[in-house]
Amino acid sequence: MHKQVLYSIQSPYRQPMDIIGFRFGKGEKAMCVVGAMRGNEIQQMYVCSRLVSRLKELEREGSICNGKEIMIIPCVNYYSMNIGKRFWTMDNTDINRMFPGYDMGETTQRIADGLFKEIQGFTYGVQLASFYQQGDFLPHVKLMETDFTNHDDMTDFGLPYAFVRTPRPYDTTTLNYNWQVWGTKAFSLYTNATDNIDESSAKIAVDAIIRFMVRRGIVRASVNSGNLTEIIGEERLVQIHSPISGICKSYVKTGDELRSGDLLCEISDPLEGDVISKIFSPINGTVFFRYNRPLEFEKSVLYKIIKL
Amino acid sequence: MTTVIASAGLAVNERVEIRRNRITGKSSKTPSGKRVCIVTGTHGDELEGQYVCADTARILNENLSQLNGTVDIYPAINPLGIDSITRGIPLFDLDMNRIFPGTSEGTMAESLAMDIISDISGADICIDIHSSNIYLKEIPQIRINEITADELIPYAKMLNCDFIWIHSSATVLESTLAFSLNTTGTKTLVVEMGVGMRITKEYCRQLTAGIFNMLKNLGMWEGDVETIRTPIISGERTVEFVNSDADGFFVPCVEHWVDIEKGEHIGDVIDPLTGRIAERVTAPCCGRIFTLREFPIVYGGSLIARILGGEHNA
Repeated sequence: MHKQVLYSIQSPYRQPMDIIGFRFGKGEKAMCVVGAMRGNEIQQMYVCSRLVSRLKELEREGSICNGKEIMIIPCVNYYSMNIGKRFWTMDNTDINRMFPGYDMGETTQRIADGLFKEIQGFTYGVQLASFYQQGDFLPHVKLMETDFTNHDDMTDFGLPYAFVRTPRPYDTTTLNYNWQVWGTKAFSLYTNATDNIDESSAKIAVDAIIRFMVRRGIVRASVNSGNLTEIIGEERLVQIHSPISGICKSYVKTGDELRSGDLLCEISDPLEGDVISKIFSPINGTVFFRYNRPLEFEKSVLYKIIKL
Repeated sequence: MTTVIASAGLAVNERVEIRRNRITGKSSKTPSGKRVCIVTGTHGDELEGQYVCADTARILNENLSQLNGTVDIYPAINPLGIDSITRGIPLFDLDMNRIFPGTSEGTMAESLAMDIISDISGADICIDIHSSNIYLKEIPQIRINEITADELIPYAKMLNCDFIWIHSSATVLESTLAFSLNTTGTKTLVVEMGVGMRITKEYCRQLTAGIFNMLKNLGMWEGDVETIRTPIISGERTVEFVNSDADGFFVPCVEHWVDIEKGEHIGDVIDPLTGRIAERVTAPCCGRIFTLREFPIVYGGSLIARILGGEHNA
């Protein structure tokens, strides 16, 4: 393993912030994994750290395939993580909205540029992504539909679900989108947590990435075969909105199979305690997302259900 | 008349409300049937538009007999952001100006965005007022995407701003209020002026005078208007960005909106620990400074100034 500083930024009041990469093997740039780009992506950094640890073992066993190089970057933005901010410390910009970056531009454009120069040219790229919506998700892999994508690649992660997303205008400045434009087959991998660590979904993510690398001839490792992946488009996800604000008590969790008419949750008045609404599933399906905060707003997305 | 045009329930005993003040004229002439919208408060730290909205409403209400048509004023389309000095939408950490046109099938923010678009759509002109951010001070200017330049420049010239910046199209900007309205047939002008978290009275009054001049040109205002200034239009001229390469605090030595020679001293980035000048910032071209750094602390890459290059305008 070779640990190296990929890019460094100076602050007038702090130690420099180094973006550190862990390189395994030598040769063809086969696989790159990027973890936390936002200061609250603790789980994403954690998954990468477990991956580094696992790859160290595989390297000791001689199980990195000859001629293959792997790069893991656990944390791009620990300046924000160390002070409990989500976005960039000074101007609150999002590094993952600055790609491909610009070396003469603003600070986060320079960070994006510095990182992107180091991670171009890999055959496969995985970003450990997070949602802005608060809630539990089934671990899954997502691919942004561009002219450069191949849906079948996603099945090698062995996760139960793989999503294909049509890019929105604001997606065009993300790492994932630009990786694809520059020739890397890029995926976003989502686990069940962001601000805190969820061991079981972290393990699912690490296993999925190792499984992908095994199937693509990058490492040799013993890993279970995972799931038969179902590739689904956005039209299969049905969103359940809250009709009213209040305190939400859920009766289902992610992964639960639903029949049309099953009770999903009750919403109670936050001051008087009366149940003011009951929400039922309109379809047969599987709970893919569940809002997990006690207080919810009118029109909050409470559930996303994969239609059977 | 004040109306809530979009709302949603917050968790505990409160609703977020987006309010519109509709002022309808009482001119004795044949009704023009025209409507102008003034929108601001998309970013909670941009406050210059508050004064413009209030001043415009005050003048109109005092002179209803001279107004022929309707002026809709939306002072805060991100009311929770303004109330909590948060640039984006609190809780969601979302930039309100990246979720348009919105959708009724989306989250609360996207649903509100759709209701806002729906309410403004069909107006003859919409003026979307921004005030930079806390880092940069902007001379009153209109920003126009190149794809709508031909249509919008004649209206932009009416607004009494100093500068019209025609910028290239960027896909990411397709989620803005202005882009969404312009592409669905409602002409929308984006004003940038002043600096975040402040009210620069002089700029606000300048724009208010421009709004009344526009109303006059649209046949909606029968009162007097001030003589308005002729803006510089970026056209073929380049806009040079001056970014800091060093970290420290920046102290300017030039005024805002002045002509500058290539190589001329703009200011210094100073190391606060040693007092050493970490970088002497100079102009990369001759031209006029229309953006100047206001917030002193800089990292490598922080924007110091923007210069409209090419020629002097004195």
